[in-house]
Amino acid sequence: MLPHLEPTTPAVETIRLQPTSGFSRVLAPRELWRYRDLAGQIALRDITVRYRQTALGGAWAVLQPIGFMVVFSLIFGNVAGLSSNGLPYPLFSLAALVPWTFFSTALLLGSDSLVSNSALVSKIYFPRIFMPAGVIVAGFVDLSISFAILMIIVLAWGFVPSIAILTIPLLVAIAVAAALGTTAALSAINVRYRDVRYVVPFAIQMWLFATPIVYPSSQIDEPWRTLSAINPMVGVVEGFRWATLGTGNAPWDLIGISALAAVGILLAGLAYFDRVERAFADFV
Amino acid sequence: MADVAIETHQLGKRYTLGVKSAGYGTLREAIVEAAQRPFRRGQNKAKREGDELWALKDLSMTIRSGEVVGLIGHNGAGKSTLLKMLSRITEPSAGYADVSGRVGSLLEVGTGFHPELTGRENIFLNGAILGMRRAEIRARFDEIVEFAEMERFLDTPVKRYSSGMSVRLAFAVAAHLEPEILLVDEVLAVGDASFQRKSLGKMNEVAKEGRTVVFVSHNLAIIQALCHRGILLERGQVQADAPIVEAIDSYLRTLERAASDDLLERTDRDSRSYDETLVRHLEIRDASGGHPNAVVAGRAATIAVEVTEHLPKMECQLTIVNSLGQPICTLDSEMSAPVDVRNSDAGTRLECHIDSLPLLPGRYRIDVLVKGKRHIQDGLQAAAFFDVEPGVVGDRPVAAEADGDIALPHSWRLPA
Repeated sequence: MLPHLEPTTPAVETIRLQPTSGFSRVLAPRELWRYRDLAGQIALRDITVRYRQTALGGAWAVLQPIGFMVVFSLIFGNVAGLSSNGLPYPLFSLAALVPWTFFSTALLLGSDSLVSNSALVSKIYFPRIFMPAGVIVAGFVDLSISFAILMIIVLAWGFVPSIAILTIPLLVAIAVAAALGTTAALSAINVRYRDVRYVVPFAIQMWLFATPIVYPSSQIDEPWRTLSAINPMVGVVEGFRWATLGTGNAPWDLIGISALAAVGILLAGLAYFDRVERAFADFV
Repeated sequence: MADVAIETHQLGKRYTLGVKSAGYGTLREAIVEAAQRPFRRGQNKAKREGDELWALKDLSMTIRSGEVVGLIGHNGAGKSTLLKMLSRITEPSAGYADVSGRVGSLLEVGTGFHPELTGRENIFLNGAILGMRRAEIRARFDEIVEFAEMERFLDTPVKRYSSGMSVRLAFAVAAHLEPEILLVDEVLAVGDASFQRKSLGKMNEVAKEGRTVVFVSHNLAIIQALCHRGILLERGQVQADAPIVEAIDSYLRTLERAASDDLLERTDRDSRSYDETLVRHLEIRDASGGHPNAVVAGRAATIAVEVTEHLPKMECQLTIVNSLGQPICTLDSEMSAPVDVRNSDAGTRLECHIDSLPLLPGRYRIDVLVKGKRHIQDGLQAAAFFDVEPGVVGDRPVAAEADGDIALPHSWRLPA
């Protein structure tokens, strides 16, 4: 048994509370660091709670992309006969659905995160960005599970991923930046205008078809193909196909544009969040 | 440790009236509003300023470290707004506050409990929410569990807890916080009597440890027991800043002044109110007539409540409160009895009849809550004050200087 140690009292720090303006809140690393334990607990809570009292639990992480894969293969692969760049259609779509499901779930849950935690937001101070960010971090668990399943299916089908698979962390980072920027903005708007709740599910459907998930981006004529990569998920999805299936040319052009777009979305989303954060407690 | 814990300088918080509708506004309204804005610039400025409400204004005060301060005042006087600002939930609109040290706030016990998580998981989550480091929570985990008296339910999801259990757990976590500054808002009204006593003891301990505590409660007895200094807020400004007994005295005087005013002019109404009907007047009268709000112990008395509008299924709840702010009893028409008389086409007056007033001589007040159409329609603290004169209860004279508040009819036997 260890002797009971008195926690060392940190040097008392004086904080001045006053009206703020500009971008002083989200972009304050010291403030975020001070509340790091809370950030961890919120993410942990989101992970623990996501599949509690569900019969299938974490299997849902896999069922959703697999279900879409089956439906898309039947409709778009067989009936409509869409091109899949010569790849088996199920693999072609699943490699895209894995990052897409991560992104769309983050959008759906993240945009509601401030409103559904209104009890916390109106009674406790913490950097509010932890709410949408926590949802995204929690999504990593699902992403890891579904990625593992994807790799198993890829290997079983006889494909061997190339060295390109090392770009996966970069692609995930692009998806995270895009998701965080978008959910930050949406969750903030949602505090004022609950319309967001109705817009988001619809927008996700539209976004799915605006992203080369059921079709390859090679079907699009230039310059539109390259331009379409300002949708950050274009680079992510095409990158995932290239990285996991080990075929085709590296879509570096798409990845590069998408990465820039994602950073732009992230900065814009955080800036907007920062602007309106100070009023959340008065509105939620 | 810094000498000054909290220093505010002309601190103010402005709310824009009509925030309610703005909060639930739709995008369409915002778009329309944005489209109209260029055409309205200037002409609306005066009106806009009229729509603002300063919940707190020009508040300057200093709280030294180790002080235990009670914040008192009517509903809507700005107490909660001040606590919210000090705990950083909401930002000041003017002035500033310098806060030295970690602030822990018990604004509402159990905030952030997640029903699907177990007691153990919630202790960590709630601790983090209240600003504790993970290592700190781990070090105090056993103490917290012991204080809450719930070892057996640690791995049960909180949604299966009784409300008493979750409140106990929440308070236990909060009470083991070790911030330099503790903000407490009405938390002691939790749990059963023995747990309340325990919580009060814990608060007392915290106060004696040299921590800075800012306390808000409507229970003046608790405030008086725990605090040394009292700050009385009225309409967002400091009305009195004095030793606690003096501050409570001035608060009681303002309460009485408010009670004698026209009740419809009061602005410190229950925040949950629906406002379809309002309490216009409330008085208690001795059965034999005489002055309103002067009654005699042991005699029949009638409390009459006048409201502005008759509503179907109207109910009324009266709470008699002693001069220290402690509720003594509640008279609730929802708990109906065969002796009640109800008229289907009733008017705007409700009467509560007491056969023999079992109160000791002294000064009391009546808080009122009117419900109708299944909503709380109006609520007022201290709708009336009344004095009980010495009288006879159960054939026994009651003395003016007796301890307590209740005169119970009773008889003695001296068996052979």
